[in-house]
Amino acid sequence: MISELLFMKGYGLFVWSAFAFTLFSFASLYVFIKTQYNKEKNKFIAKFGTLNSERAAFARSQRINEEILSNSSNI
Amino acid sequence: MFKYFEPNKIFLITSKAPKYVLLLFIIILSIGLTEALILSPEDYKQSHSVRIMYVHVPSAWIALGTFSAITFLSIIGYIFKLRNIFLISKSLAPSGLVFSIIALVTGSIWGKPTWGTWWAWDARITSMLILVLFYIMYLVAWRIYENSDKAFKITLFITILGIINVPIIKYSVDWWNTLHQPASISILSKSSSIHVSMLFPLLIMTAAFALFSLLIFLMKYNTELIKIKNKGLDRL
Repeated sequence: MISELLFMKGYGLFVWSAFAFTLFSFASLYVFIKTQYNKEKNKFIAKFGTLNSERAAFARSQRINEEILSNSSNI
Repeated sequence: MFKYFEPNKIFLITSKAPKYVLLLFIIILSIGLTEALILSPEDYKQSHSVRIMYVHVPSAWIALGTFSAITFLSIIGYIFKLRNIFLISKSLAPSGLVFSIIALVTGSIWGKPTWGTWWAWDARITSMLILVLFYIMYLVAWRIYENSDKAFKITLFITILGIINVPIIKYSVDWWNTLHQPASISILSKSSSIHVSMLFPLLIMTAAFALFSLLIFLMKYNTELIKIKNKGLDRL
């Protein structure tokens, strides 16, 4: 059963490599986009930390900024 | 209507959605892989190599659909001067590029046992390669010109030029004598030459791939919004 699933009458190498390439591409793209996301988010948090209290309060009044800060691990 | 496209409102949804989409994607993909690799039957002609179809065909469909959506959104964005629509179309491109590469590579892997060659300068395969190049040009244009007005015009031009290639990809197998087989499934005509036992896993895999595309889009879109907000903080 398992060897049949692996070898697939001689087509196993082609089938498994096609599926492996697809899943590898998915994982690579996901990691790449997530890294970009985390980089921008950390930059945002760092910049926010440098604001004085008045500017920080103003920035916090915008709901989107508040949302970015509150969802530190949303993916 | 366009007030609903404001980034602030959209971010409230897009920032929360990815985790649910990821969960759903994993569930649907697991079912799809089980169907595609174990439960679906082998083909009477192509034997087990037909299983490559379950990753090749959905990838090609999504790559074509995504490019069409990017073009449509770019035109709408340009006509109504909506920068956010351009941001949405920009965020769709990475997954579109990856799906078109997957379609090409898995098609090449499928070609070896079926046609006896990894590559042929056949109309369908060549036009698909051109689509990959258009995706690359589109993403490079965004990288070079950032979010300037010039970027909107250049990316719109690239998508309009690229969309001409989409019907060529679709109908190349009908217009020319190609190595690639004609379509087995047609939405317009009810006659599909694929058996339901193979159609079912194909549709599940398509749903899984569409979810992955949505996931990447949401993550990329959120990244782009945060990038804009970073620039906003600089101005404070």
